[in-house]
Amino acid sequence: MKKVILGDHAVSYGALLSRVQTIAAYPITPQTLIVERLSEMTANGELDAIFTKVESEHSAMASTVGSSAAGARAFTATSAQGLALMHEMLHWAAGARLPIVMANVNRAMAPGWTIWTDQNDSLSARDVGWMQVYCQNNQEVLDSIILGYKVSEQVDLPTMVILDAFVLSHTAEGVDIPDIKKVDEFLPPYKPEIKMDINDPRSFGALTSPDVYMEFRYKMQQAMDKAKKVIVEEGKKFGEMFGREYGLIEEYKTEDADTILIASATVASTARAVIDELREKGEKVGLVRIRVFRPFPTEEIIKVLEGRKKVVVIDRNISFGKTGIFFDEVKGAFYNSKGNKPPMFGYIAGLGGRDVTPKVIREIVEDALNKDKPESEIIWKGVKL
Amino acid sequence: MSKLTIPQEEIMSSGHLACQGCAGALAMRYMLKVFGKKTMLAVPACCWSVIDGPWPYSAVSVPLFHTAFETAAITASGLKAGLVAQGINDVNVVAWAGDGGTFDIGFQAISGAAERNDDILYVVYDNEAYMNTGIQRSSATPYGAWTTTTPANHPKDRPKKDLVEIIAAHRVPFVATASVAYPEDLIKKFEKAKNTKGFKLIHIFAPCPTGWKMAPELSIESARLAVQTRVFPVYEVENGVHYKLNINVKNPKPVGEYLKIQGRFRHLKEDDYKVIQENVDREWELLMRKVETFK
Repeated sequence: MKKVILGDHAVSYGALLSRVQTIAAYPITPQTLIVERLSEMTANGELDAIFTKVESEHSAMASTVGSSAAGARAFTATSAQGLALMHEMLHWAAGARLPIVMANVNRAMAPGWTIWTDQNDSLSARDVGWMQVYCQNNQEVLDSIILGYKVSEQVDLPTMVILDAFVLSHTAEGVDIPDIKKVDEFLPPYKPEIKMDINDPRSFGALTSPDVYMEFRYKMQQAMDKAKKVIVEEGKKFGEMFGREYGLIEEYKTEDADTILIASATVASTARAVIDELREKGEKVGLVRIRVFRPFPTEEIIKVLEGRKKVVVIDRNISFGKTGIFFDEVKGAFYNSKGNKPPMFGYIAGLGGRDVTPKVIREIVEDALNKDKPESEIIWKGVKL
Repeated sequence: MSKLTIPQEEIMSSGHLACQGCAGALAMRYMLKVFGKKTMLAVPACCWSVIDGPWPYSAVSVPLFHTAFETAAITASGLKAGLVAQGINDVNVVAWAGDGGTFDIGFQAISGAAERNDDILYVVYDNEAYMNTGIQRSSATPYGAWTTTTPANHPKDRPKKDLVEIIAAHRVPFVATASVAYPEDLIKKFEKAKNTKGFKLIHIFAPCPTGWKMAPELSIESARLAVQTRVFPVYEVENGVHYKLNINVKNPKPVGEYLKIQGRFRHLKEDDYKVIQENVDREWELLMRKVETFK
């Protein structure tokens, strides 16, 4: 069934179709529409789940951790300050190897107060052991919730499905809402091998000495490696069943491209139009959208970038004291590759929800096309000083 | 009065890692005897994070989830929700936390769970300081006490936070104080909590010989003296308004008898004893008025 829905509601439908059993959430703009709709869904019986309206995001994640540990398919959603508040429990969810799925609406961090989009909230949670999926449209948001559970429940790590504040969260788009019976076929009920069970009592998360702690972390990294394969496999199966395939990265007109633009989320979807425009002018440019940021698609990126003349990365985020974070990671991925290393241009744009329009993206690419190599590690786009 | 029997079955094993005389370990033993094997525990950072044993050991034969310091109540709520969502309705979930994780850092989550009336039992075993980290003051530390962060020349100068009153103000079904020195009363309260739906909290006075600087064999004696001097009244509140004094202390001993056996009060002078006695008398009077007024 095709419906015109907001990005936030695409999240709610994704949770509904995944038949989540527990929800614990705390309201924060621009995530509120997700939990409002889920409240309605649980209140009217559309969704058979227990919704705990907690008193903070920290408790939202702790509650979700508890429910997941008990063996339920657990869901929550947040944004920005809320994600920062639950940071400790993000570690807990991943370290306890719980296949939780959470939507995070990308919103810039305060101060100053802001509700508009950038990626510094989710990227501050880069190293907690969660998978991170950056979505480019509302359809992908809905599909990624379902896929999130499918992958997480195989690798025992949580998934964060990320959508841009307002650009997606509060924007209506046509979304195909799959039949729930078909989703049931794709995503069977959650049956963990180990859970909190009175018939098989264990202690979870007990004191680990230096003699054993490292092995637990090694296994988390192994799970991330496995996830790379599982994400691609399940993305293919999803494509076969629903007509929409998903992978780690998405390429657009890269085949003969000399210059590759790298972007994520809605900046990438906007960039597609710019690629078309520049192609018409005879520029051999292509686009790589990084969809999955954790696990990082190192090999895939090396493969697509090797031997190109230029690489341009747009970051809607910044690691203060370094560079844009995607830029940094792409460069890092490339360091040990054997082939030709193209010069890489790292642009920062769109922080705090400033629009990244086709014009902005075009100017960025043209700037890079006009230069042999970048003048600095960070190129700020549109700073008014 | 019907005769009370304490269940024989031991669900907690003897090979735990508690210090000698630990009332927190004893309290767990009693609780599990009453609650039985259809129980799950949420344990935040506290002495019990260590007492239960390092991975892969556990001193209790019920599932136990170690969780973050401030999340005992909500982790228990989340566990309960997860169970009920799977149609498992006959398992009790108990949050088991120290005073630091309850009176201080975990306070917000407790208030949330109490306000929602989540169907859990919250037990605080109160040893009146952060014992697991090395005896630092908490808001459960009493007036006048030495801790490593309230040195003898500058002991704690504020009274203990009145947890039970604050929880009662949430109008929850059952909140009570209890003491390891009065196991019959403690067992009865666990039974009541087990048979009551909604949010329950039991505040257990749990002496810590290590942190209180006293001999392990004084653990129960100090707990008994806390009650007999009226320092720690044993009472319960139903639905936030019905007060009941469970152990009446008609002829209280002077507070000095309780204070003098503990090294943490060694620096106190007669004048300090007087201040503490006045505080205790005033608090008791206040409680008696509630007990008489709100039956």
